[in-house]
Amino acid sequence: MGHGGGGAMSGELVEHVFLPAFADDDLARLADSAVLPLLGGRVAFSTDSFVVRPLFFPGGSIGDLAVNGTVNDLAMSGAEPLFLSAAFILEEGTDVTKVGAVAQRLGEAAERAGVRVVTGDTKVVETGHGDGVYVNTAGVGVVPEGVDLRPDRARPGDVVIVSGDIGVHGVAIMSVREGLQFGAEVESDCQPLHRLVSAMLDVTRDLHVLRDPTRGGVATALNEIARASGVGVEVVERSLPIPEVVANACAFLGLDPLQVANEGKLLAFVDRDHADEVLAAMRAHPAGAGSAVIGECVEAHPGMVAATTGFGASRVVDLPLGEQLPRIC
Amino acid sequence: MHVAVSGPSRARRRVVVRGVVQGVGFRPFVYALARSLGLSGGVWNTGDGVVAEVEGDPRSVATFVARLAPDAPPLAVVVDVTDTAVPVQGGTTFTIAPSRGGPGRTFVSPDVSVCDDCLAELRDPADRRYRHPFITCTSCGPRFTVTTGLPYDREHTTMTGFPLCDACAREYGDPADRRFHAQTVCCRECGPRLHLAVPGRPTLVGETALAEARGLLRDGAVVAVKGIGGYHLACDATAPDAVETLRKRKRRGDKPFALMVADAAAADRLVHLDDAERALLTARSRPVVLARRRTRGPAADAVAPGNDDLGVMLAYTPLHHLLLGLPGDDHLPVLVMTSGNLTGEPIVTDDTDARTRLGGLADAWLYGDRPIHVPCDDTVTRAVDGAEAPVRRSRGQAPLPIALPFDSPPLLGVGGDLKNTLCLAEGRLAWMSAHVGDMDDLATLAAFTTAEAHLELLTGVAPTALATDRHPAYRSRRWALDHADGRPVEGVQHHHAHVASTMVEHGLGPEATVLGVVFDGTGYGDDGAVWGGELLVAGYGDFDRAAHLAYVALPGGDAGVRNPCRMALSHLRSAGVAWDDALPCVRACADDELALLDRQLDTGLGCAPTSSMGRLFDAVASIAGICHRAGYDAQAAMELEARARSAGSVDGYRFAVQGELLDAAPVVAAAADDVRTGVPPAVVAARFQRAVVDLVVAVTERLRDETGLRVATLSGGVFLNAYLTSACAAALTARRFEVLRHHAVPASDAGIALGQVAVLAHRHNRD
Ligand SMILES: [Fe+3]
Ligand SMILES: [Mg+2]
Ligand SMILES: [Zn+2]
Ligand SMILES: [Zn+2]
Repeated sequence: MGHGGGGAMSGELVEHVFLPAFADDDLARLADSAVLPLLGGRVAFSTDSFVVRPLFFPGGSIGDLAVNGTVNDLAMSGAEPLFLSAAFILEEGTDVTKVGAVAQRLGEAAERAGVRVVTGDTKVVETGHGDGVYVNTAGVGVVPEGVDLRPDRARPGDVVIVSGDIGVHGVAIMSVREGLQFGAEVESDCQPLHRLVSAMLDVTRDLHVLRDPTRGGVATALNEIARASGVGVEVVERSLPIPEVVANACAFLGLDPLQVANEGKLLAFVDRDHADEVLAAMRAHPAGAGSAVIGECVEAHPGMVAATTGFGASRVVDLPLGEQLPRIC
Repeated sequence: MHVAVSGPSRARRRVVVRGVVQGVGFRPFVYALARSLGLSGGVWNTGDGVVAEVEGDPRSVATFVARLAPDAPPLAVVVDVTDTAVPVQGGTTFTIAPSRGGPGRTFVSPDVSVCDDCLAELRDPADRRYRHPFITCTSCGPRFTVTTGLPYDREHTTMTGFPLCDACAREYGDPADRRFHAQTVCCRECGPRLHLAVPGRPTLVGETALAEARGLLRDGAVVAVKGIGGYHLACDATAPDAVETLRKRKRRGDKPFALMVADAAAADRLVHLDDAERALLTARSRPVVLARRRTRGPAADAVAPGNDDLGVMLAYTPLHHLLLGLPGDDHLPVLVMTSGNLTGEPIVTDDTDARTRLGGLADAWLYGDRPIHVPCDDTVTRAVDGAEAPVRRSRGQAPLPIALPFDSPPLLGVGGDLKNTLCLAEGRLAWMSAHVGDMDDLATLAAFTTAEAHLELLTGVAPTALATDRHPAYRSRRWALDHADGRPVEGVQHHHAHVASTMVEHGLGPEATVLGVVFDGTGYGDDGAVWGGELLVAGYGDFDRAAHLAYVALPGGDAGVRNPCRMALSHLRSAGVAWDDALPCVRACADDELALLDRQLDTGLGCAPTSSMGRLFDAVASIAGICHRAGYDAQAAMELEARARSAGSVDGYRFAVQGELLDAAPVVAAAADDVRTGVPPAVVAARFQRAVVDLVVAVTERLRDETGLRVATLSGGVFLNAYLTSACAAALTARRFEVLRHHAVPASDAGIALGQVAVLAHRHNRD
């Protein structure tokens, strides 16, 4: 790939790589902006950038992440995702077929999620100024009437549900990136969640909080919600759906599975009265087949998350530090 | 002989005594002293201490003042005595006046074991407190753990719910009585009662409860027993099945259990005691003393598997004596008495809490209804070279102040994250809390908050700044940030705090500089690495990292700590020694563990660089085949020390010293070679420990040459190793170093809060 900066190379990429991959009429007009119909009700709008290494990994790719990440961010506010933008920052010298493959996966993911990629951009940066391919997506969706999902709406008594196995994405990425074998093959859980959310909202519009525990894992998501809502969160360690391979990998690396990233899971804070029905609806949906109640909101220790260990004690669940520093003396 | 007295025939002085002077029989002592000297006046408690006004012959008044401190009752700790002349008032009587409260500060006594007088009454069928499980007097009983406010009066203790009966009230009001103003005094009529709860059965009370509890213990049950500072889990230590049951339920691997016996003679049957150990064992604070186990003692092996020390304490409450058996009772010779908690949690104090939290652990609950206001675990200590080397400073010590060598503003040091204690300081005094525990646990964090507030209440210190460790993930640091409320929170480097704690203990002044040898498991370094094999040239204000172990990878953070074999493999990799099956540490790992570790050490994934001496002990313990997986804190290092004892005198391996870098590679390689050629683990362990001693000597000598400093301090958890402490001290002393080691606070992280406040105080004084 040669120099870009809006030049001929970029144009070629758009024509031969991106347009075919996204196959959208509005996008194909290559206007300066996509012109969308007026969406009724409240509009959800979100953006995210994706810098994952490697670009392709078991169970997904940066293209899948770029679609599902933004789709899920929209879904966490209860929105039905409709339109996406896609912007690529390519490092000079990156193999064009690789870029094409990313675009292809992104297009397929959008189709699976039922969203349209309606606008986009491409920039090429000098060698050494990027890392192959970065992708940014922004997305727009519509929030149904009566839905009000916010991280500050958790209340004592709320039941905390997770939609399936924890830590799979992070361990999958780690195992390919670092060449580690943890016994079994691990695939990323990367998937869109908005249809699952829709099924949950069919039970009740009054879900309190939804959150996709991506970077920083379940621990980070729960801590953020606990702080935003001023409640304590207690999870029961025994009830956490942690696959053996994730547990082994974490035990080995000294990681807390609660701090490992997920890309196709959500956490739901649901009124106790609706919890059983919501859980049943989640389990009935393919994206939530492994759903489980993992804990509850309490009035005690507001802003803090505690995990009840198998031995009856409660350990504090912290935000990850980003470094592996032992505390044991 | 008659001496003419010139000048005024009478004098009156007001004397203020500060220190631990309330709840220890100080006023009756003052009363008796004044009467014996024919003085009139009075004495009363204030928020500040004890105030006495004495009037009479000027020489008698002077004698009175002079004798106050030296003749004070055994439990009193007199910090200072000030006296001023006041106008004479006349009068012939000396009275004990009511307390005058108000702000100020006095010092509450630690909890004290039952005294001989009370014990005699407990055993005397004619005494009205015969077999009363809550017998106390001014010389004994709970203090720290029952005090809810100041001044120390009954309404400021958890005894406030037990109004005195007429008989007790008479004793309480009689200055000549041993129970004069003894705030915890009570009898069978008016005091707390003993209960025994067994699930599914009606609760028993009094002697029946006691008899049933003893029966259960004899039958091998685990009984939760409420003591001074919390619940213990007790079982018959001579019954292997009972001990195994408790061990399984408590889920604490092979960690040794503390034992309780009635007297020193019974302790003699369990352990070898030298004079220093016997003195520690029989101290009023009744600590758990670690001493060499007798080969054929009455305790089951399972009380301390693989350990040739036992932790033994003497009964310290009337209830303990009743449990073990008074003369005429059927004796239980030795009880396991381990903290009533799950590993890592704080000791349980509340009766309702005890039923739920100890639900899976105990078969029955024996408790009195005197509430415990704050938890206080047992103190653990040992004697090394005839001097005390504390392991945990708690019951019987807290809240005794420690003298500071220079003035401190009001400060709080929040300590470390494991074996946490906190420390308040102001003026020339510092107060360490009781053992709080491991800060991972929500309940421990709550206990920390309570302990801090209680210590502030007892000491009157209102901290204006907070000192913490610099570890970004320490929950103690997080606590400080969350509770700062606008006050400055300042970090003190972990090992600097260790050195400073040693310096404080030995009264070194603000200008002092020492050669600080700090060996521990983990401490956050200023470069973000995990330090722990450090030689610092340090004063209170600053330190220079003069030498340290060369970095190796610590794979997987805490996971690397719990698996000494992984540390062994990391050290072998650093030393360029192949992982071959001839080495037990390699055999201890499954193939996939080896493959993962190999990759991890290659890529550095989840690895932190460490200079930890504790981890080197772990590595060598595993290389030698002594311990590959640690079921409790420092297990590998403790087993290595124990094993080395049987080796006798050996030549040490040699570290490579390159300037400030102390490279363990040659030590590791030589140990691996020894293991391959069949040298016994004990010898490998001994040669390693010798190498560490030689290293300390070589580096401190070089630093002495460079700096002219000749005071060396030994601190850090690795120096809980008695051999290492003793051998380093001997070698350095022989080379004319002045060696300072820990005698008042533990060498481990349980002592760093003291160092933190000292460093912060010094900083504030300088600025
Ligand atoms: Fe330390
Ligand atoms: Mg996102
Ligand atoms: Zn007594
Ligand atoms: Zn009474």
